[in-house]
Amino acid sequence: MKLDSKIPEGPLSQKWTNYKAAQKLVNPANKRKLDIIVVGTGLAGASAAASLGALGFHVDIFCIQDSPRRAHSIAAQGGINAAKNYQNDGDSVERLFKDTIKGGDYRAREANVYRLAEVSGDIIDQCVAQGVPFARDYSGLLDNRSFGGAQVSRTFYARGQTGQQLLLGAYGALSREIARGTVVLHERHEMMDLVIKDGRARGIIVRNLVTGELERYAAHAVVVATGGYGNVYYLSTNAMNSNGSAAWVCHRRGAAFANPCYVQIHPTCIPVHGDYQSKLTLMSESLRNDGRIWVPKKKEDSEAIRAGKLRPIDIPEEDRDYYLERRYPAFGNLVPRDVASRAAKERCDAGYGVGPTGLAVYLDFADAIKRLGRDVVEQKYGNLFQMYQKIVDTDPYEEPMMIYPAVHYTMGGLWVDYELQTTIPGLFAAGEANFSDHGANRLGASALMQGLADGYFVLPYTLQNYLADQIYVGKIKAEGPEFDEAEANVRARMESLMTIQGEHSVDHYHKALGRIMWEYCGMARSKESLATAAEKIVELEADFYQHLYIPGKALEMNPELEKAYRLEDYFELARLIVADATQREESCGGHFRIEHQTEDGETLRDDDNFMFVAAWEYQGHDQPEVMHKEELNYEHIQIVKRNYK
Amino acid sequence: MKFTLHIWRQENARAKGHFETYEIDNISADCSFLEMLDQLNEKLINDKIAHPVCFDNDCREGICGMCGLYINGRPHGNDDGVTTCQLHMRRFHDGDEIWVEPWRAKAFPIIKDLVVDRTAFDKIIQAGGYISVTTGGVPDANNILVPKHVADQAMDAAQCIGCGACVAACKNASAMLFVGAKVSHLNLLPQGEPEALDRARNMIVKMDELGFGGCTNTYACEAECPKQIKRQNIARLNRNWIGQAFGRDRRE
Repeated sequence: MKLDSKIPEGPLSQKWTNYKAAQKLVNPANKRKLDIIVVGTGLAGASAAASLGALGFHVDIFCIQDSPRRAHSIAAQGGINAAKNYQNDGDSVERLFKDTIKGGDYRAREANVYRLAEVSGDIIDQCVAQGVPFARDYSGLLDNRSFGGAQVSRTFYARGQTGQQLLLGAYGALSREIARGTVVLHERHEMMDLVIKDGRARGIIVRNLVTGELERYAAHAVVVATGGYGNVYYLSTNAMNSNGSAAWVCHRRGAAFANPCYVQIHPTCIPVHGDYQSKLTLMSESLRNDGRIWVPKKKEDSEAIRAGKLRPIDIPEEDRDYYLERRYPAFGNLVPRDVASRAAKERCDAGYGVGPTGLAVYLDFADAIKRLGRDVVEQKYGNLFQMYQKIVDTDPYEEPMMIYPAVHYTMGGLWVDYELQTTIPGLFAAGEANFSDHGANRLGASALMQGLADGYFVLPYTLQNYLADQIYVGKIKAEGPEFDEAEANVRARMESLMTIQGEHSVDHYHKALGRIMWEYCGMARSKESLATAAEKIVELEADFYQHLYIPGKALEMNPELEKAYRLEDYFELARLIVADATQREESCGGHFRIEHQTEDGETLRDDDNFMFVAAWEYQGHDQPEVMHKEELNYEHIQIVKRNYK
Repeated sequence: MKFTLHIWRQENARAKGHFETYEIDNISADCSFLEMLDQLNEKLINDKIAHPVCFDNDCREGICGMCGLYINGRPHGNDDGVTTCQLHMRRFHDGDEIWVEPWRAKAFPIIKDLVVDRTAFDKIIQAGGYISVTTGGVPDANNILVPKHVADQAMDAAQCIGCGACVAACKNASAMLFVGAKVSHLNLLPQGEPEALDRARNMIVKMDELGFGGCTNTYACEAECPKQIKRQNIARLNRNWIGQAFGRDRRE
C-alpha cells in the first residue's frame, strides 16, 4: 500500500491557492452527466451534497434516520471556530493553524490544517448568508467566545445549539438542491458495502431500513461522511444510531484506517448514574468560559459529600481545590479537553471525587452569577442549564453541576490525502469519518469547522479534479460481477447473524465491549491493560457469534439486526484500536500511555520514533492488520513541548 | 418503580394495530422514558415472548427531533419543554398505567409500532424553507448588521427540532407552528427578506397539499412544543400569507 499525501508544492500559505490554480475542472454541460454518492447528511455530507448539487453534478445522498436533519452534528452545542479576528485580539489564519496543530499534539498534517484555518472565515460568511442566527452584540455585529486551547475569542455560536443551527443551514441548502432535482435523498437507508470496479469506487450496497431489502447504487465517485466510531465504547456522547460501519466496510475493501487509537474523551459530561444508561450527555465546553472546576481540598470533605452529609455549598472557599487553575495558570479552566479530562480522572482516582459514585467533579457558576448576574448567565447557557436540571434533577443555578469525562469524538478515521481521497481511488472521506485535521486531540469548536470546510470548500474542488477525466467513462451501471459479489456478501453476513439464534441481546454484548474498552483502553492505557483488552475482546467476540439472539426477520424493519451488524464491525474496530494503542509507545493528545508521562503527569511524546500517522491495512477477519507509516514533516511550525501552564 | 404499559403495536403500514399490555418492574426514577422502553425490549428479547417494540430515537439529548411518543394523551408526555428522551420516570408514580401511542396524523403514516413517516416535513422545507444561496460568493459575515433583538427572535423560532409534536397535539393535525417557526426564522432576518413572501406561500401550499389540516387557533401546539416555540410565529406566517395574497411587499 502506498501512502501519497499529495501535498501541493510551494510555501504553506500558498499550497491551497496553488492547488486550485492547477486543478482540473469539469465544464457545466458535463457536470450533470457525472454521478456522486454521498453517504451521511451531517455537516460534512449535507454541505458537500448541497455544494456539488449546486455546481451541477448529480448526487444521491443517504442517511439512516428519517430525515437528513437528524444527523448527530445537530447535537453540537458550543460553537464553531474561525480566524475572523473580529475581536481585534490578535487572531489570524496563522494563529488558528498553530493552535490546532499544537492542540493536536503535533500529530496532524501541516498542509491540511493550514487549509482548514484558511477557509474558516468563508464558512462563517456562508452560514450567515444562509440565515444561521449566530449570537450578536447590541451593535448588530457577530459575537464571539473562547474555547479550550486558545487565548483569543474566535468561536461563533448560536446559544448552546450551534451545531443545530449550522446543520439546519446545510440541510436548507441540501433541501433546495433536492427541490431543484440535482440531489436525490434516500432516507432510512444504510450503507452496507462498497463496490469497487477496475480499482475505483463505483457504487454502494444499501439496506432499506423500512423493508430490509438491499438496493444498489452506482456512481463515478463515493463520499463517506458518516461520522466517528465513539460508540464502540457503548456509553458516549454520540447518538444511539451513530456507528462506524460505513467507514469500516470501506476499510475492509482496502481503504487504510488511520490513527484509530486517538479517541477524545470530553471532560464535561453528566456522570454515569446507572447500568440501564444508554448514553452520556455532554455539557458544552463553552461552560468552561465562566464555570470553575473544583473538588474539595480535604479527602474527608469529599467522603462526607459522597455520603450525603455535606453539600458543595458547605465547603468554604479556602477548602476548595480549583485544580485546573492551580496546575495550568496560563489557560486555567480552558485547557484542551484531553488535559482537563486527565486532570479530573487524577483527582477522582486520588479519592477527591464527589457525587454518589465518587466519579465526578464540580463545575461551579456561583462566581459567574455573582459577577454577571443570573440573567446574563441564563442568556448564555440557559438551555444547557435546563437540560442539566431535567436529567439530574438539581438546579445548577443553586448548586454546582457535577461532571465527569466521557467518550466524545474520534480523531482517527479513514486515511485521506490532501484531496480527502482515501487509498481507494474515487472514494473520499469527509468530516469526523476521516482522520485528517485534528492530530491526537481535537480542539473545541473545531469539529463543526472541519465538517463544513470539507463539504463546502474542499470537496467541491478536489472531487472535481478527480472527476475531470471520468467524463470519458460514461454512465456507471449498478450491475456486473462486482455488484453481485458485494450484494451477496451483505446478504450472507445478515443471514449468518440471523441464524445464530442464541440467547443474548445485542446490547448485552455491546455493553460488555464498552466496559472492556473504557476500562483497559480509555483515558489511561498501559502495555498490560491493552494486552488484557485484546484478550477479552476476542473472548467476547467468540461468545457473540455463538450466543447472539436477534428476533424477527431480515426483511423487515428490525433495529436489533441493525445493532448487530454494527456491533460486528465494532469488534474488529476495537481490536484495531487496541493494536494501534499498543504500537504507539508514547503519550500524545487523547492517547495516554501511563509508561510515558512527565514527572508531573503530563503527556510525554516521542517525536523521534512516533512522528507519523499509523495507517492500517485490513487483512481479513482473523488476521492482524498491517501498519503503514506516513511520516509527518513539519516544515513551517516549530515543534515544542505542549505546555498550557 | 413498577408500571403497566399499554403500547400500540402494528406490524407495518397496512396491518391493523392494537394495544398490547406489558408489566415492567425495577425501574429507576432517574432513568429516561426511552431507557425504560429499552429495558422492556431487553426483557422481551430475553424471554423470547414478543418482538421488541420499534420506536424512533437517536441523540437522546432532546435536539435531533427523532423521538416522539404520545404518552397518556400528551405528545412527549407529562413534562413541559422536553422531548420523550428527556422525560424521566420520576415524573410518574409507582404503579402507574401508561398508554403509549405513535403520532397520529394523516400526513404521518405509521411505519411500524411507534414509528411514523415524517418525510412530509422535509417536503415542506424543500418547498422554500431555506435562503437560496449557493456555496461561495457571499458577503463578509459582518457586512449586514442584524439588530440583536431580531437575531434573538429569529433564533427563538429557529430552535424547532421538527419532531412533529405540534401536529400530533393539534386536533386538525395542522403543521402551522412548524411552518410558522421556519418562516419566522428566515423572514425576520435581512438575508431572508428577498424571498419572504414566496417562501410563506410555497410552504403553506405544500403543507395543504400533503394533508395537514388548517389552524383554528387553539394553540395545543404551543402548549406541547418541546422547544416552546411561540404561537406568535403562526401570526407572523399569516401576516406574510396575507401580504403575498395582496401582492404587497412586506415593508409597505
